[in-house]
Amino acid sequence: MAEAEGGIGPSHWTNAAFVAPYMLILLGMLFMPLCLGIWLAFQDYDMLGGWSGGVGIENFQNLLDDRIFRGTVRNTLKFVLMTTPAFVALGLFLALALNNTLRRSALLRAIFFGSSVLSVTIVTLVWRLVYLPDRGLLANALGLFGLPGVDLMTSQVWALPAIAIVTVWWIIGLPMTLFLAGLQQIPPELYEAAALDNAGRWRTLTGITLPSIRRTIVVVAVIEVILQFQLFGQALLITGGGPDNSTRPMVQFIYEAGFRDLQLGFAAAASQVLFALMLIAALAQFWAGRRKGV
Amino acid sequence: MQTYQRGKSLGDRVLLAAVIGLALVWLAPIVWVIGLSFKPNEVLMHSTGGILAPPFTLKNYIDILAASSVFSWMLNSTIVAVGQTVLTLLIASLAGYGFARTNFPGRSVLFVLVLAALAVPEQAIIVPLHTMFAAADLHNTYAALIAPRLAFPFGVLLMTQYFRAIPPEIDEAALLDRASRIKIFFRIILPLSIPAQATLGIYTFLHAWNEYFWPLVSATKPAMYTLTVGLASMQTNFAQTEGIGFLMAQAVFAGLPVLILYLFFQRHIIAAVAGGPIK
Repeated sequence: MAEAEGGIGPSHWTNAAFVAPYMLILLGMLFMPLCLGIWLAFQDYDMLGGWSGGVGIENFQNLLDDRIFRGTVRNTLKFVLMTTPAFVALGLFLALALNNTLRRSALLRAIFFGSSVLSVTIVTLVWRLVYLPDRGLLANALGLFGLPGVDLMTSQVWALPAIAIVTVWWIIGLPMTLFLAGLQQIPPELYEAAALDNAGRWRTLTGITLPSIRRTIVVVAVIEVILQFQLFGQALLITGGGPDNSTRPMVQFIYEAGFRDLQLGFAAAASQVLFALMLIAALAQFWAGRRKGV
Repeated sequence: MQTYQRGKSLGDRVLLAAVIGLALVWLAPIVWVIGLSFKPNEVLMHSTGGILAPPFTLKNYIDILAASSVFSWMLNSTIVAVGQTVLTLLIASLAGYGFARTNFPGRSVLFVLVLAALAVPEQAIIVPLHTMFAAADLHNTYAALIAPRLAFPFGVLLMTQYFRAIPPEIDEAALLDRASRIKIFFRIILPLSIPAQATLGIYTFLHAWNEYFWPLVSATKPAMYTLTVGLASMQTNFAQTEGIGFLMAQAVFAGLPVLILYLFFQRHIIAAVAGGPIK
């Protein structure tokens, strides 16, 4: 038993030296700030005034009362609800279409994955130009059809969906790749059996392919929810959170509370709320997936 | 794949057309921006249409070489990304070997800690992390830019998974020959893991190169900006800017290193994303 899942050779404490460098970094750079952050969330601590002692749950109460914070929670949830289905559906579509050994498909996969190696700064630079109301690529494209340019960035309705489109364009490669990996694991015998039964393409898809990758679908959805909760750079650099806070995400709120207003306790409390929401959302999806017998 | 053997049906053609159409949408912004970077700023003031028509200019790129801070930011990014990559490879390989191929008291408890770290997002710790580095007076140093990401557990998990797949007989035979653990690691196991090292290395480099949030709050002096942060700092007043071509040239210039890396190491990058090194 110990052999099967364990290492090789006799147990000796000196072997721990192999993992010691990483464990020290993990404790110092991740678990220590995590604990410090939880402590900070219950303190009145700002960088200028210094530490004024524990305040219980006052920071959390202030967050609840903060109109802007409640807005950022709403914006973040909206953004997650816009992007996650798009990532799952489009990622699955691309993976199904490109899951073959043709040269052409390899090139297309490379194109769809390629944008995700760019940094958020380059991506937002490119897309702010695309969205320029008078001279942007979008305005030029609309102009071809005789339509006027639109200023998505100053629209409370359209600014967040516009950021969602940028995000899907940026990192569609991740879900596509995860789905491709899932499709590769389906035993070919299943398809051979379907072919013998003269099953059509639609029946093969709904009867074999989709049921076989249900687990992958859940995993991709969970990963995307976790990733999209962390929306920050795109919103900060494209709209700065505007117009009228309609695109300000929770992470930007943490950034501004902690690093602009220097209210560390308040910002740490907001971080804990974000962390808790992410955990709840991820666990809920896993639970829902399990109940469906994935 | 079997479904493709029946020849080209109408469905196949529609599907292919849809995917190619999408691919063009994906490429359009990049091609357009590259085109604009070769256009004079005066022309772009009025219109950005007709990127294929003259006049063209290299002035935007010459301006980068001459004046802007892009080069020193690029140097910072290179130092940070290379440093983080080398250290990650070393630390993650050591830890991966320890977890996968040795026994010591408390090993499974520590491994659960590593797995638990996967659940902690950067945003949950960035405020206290910043406070810690401020207390140690380490901001605006390369050490501060490099250290926090070394704690991310992805590399350790990847290397553990890879080392587990290597047949145990190799270590067992070497142990019988009374070779030391550290010798077995460096002489035998590490050379066997070069494909995994390549995957993890390129993945780490890309992430370090593209990182935005931590450098944004840690490197506050322009001389210590990384390329990602520096470029972002120049994006203000975008709509009024007179230098769209110059901005675009910077975007192309900054994106070029990763795109070249991507062209050469595409398989490794995609393998890392799919959750395992190339076998």
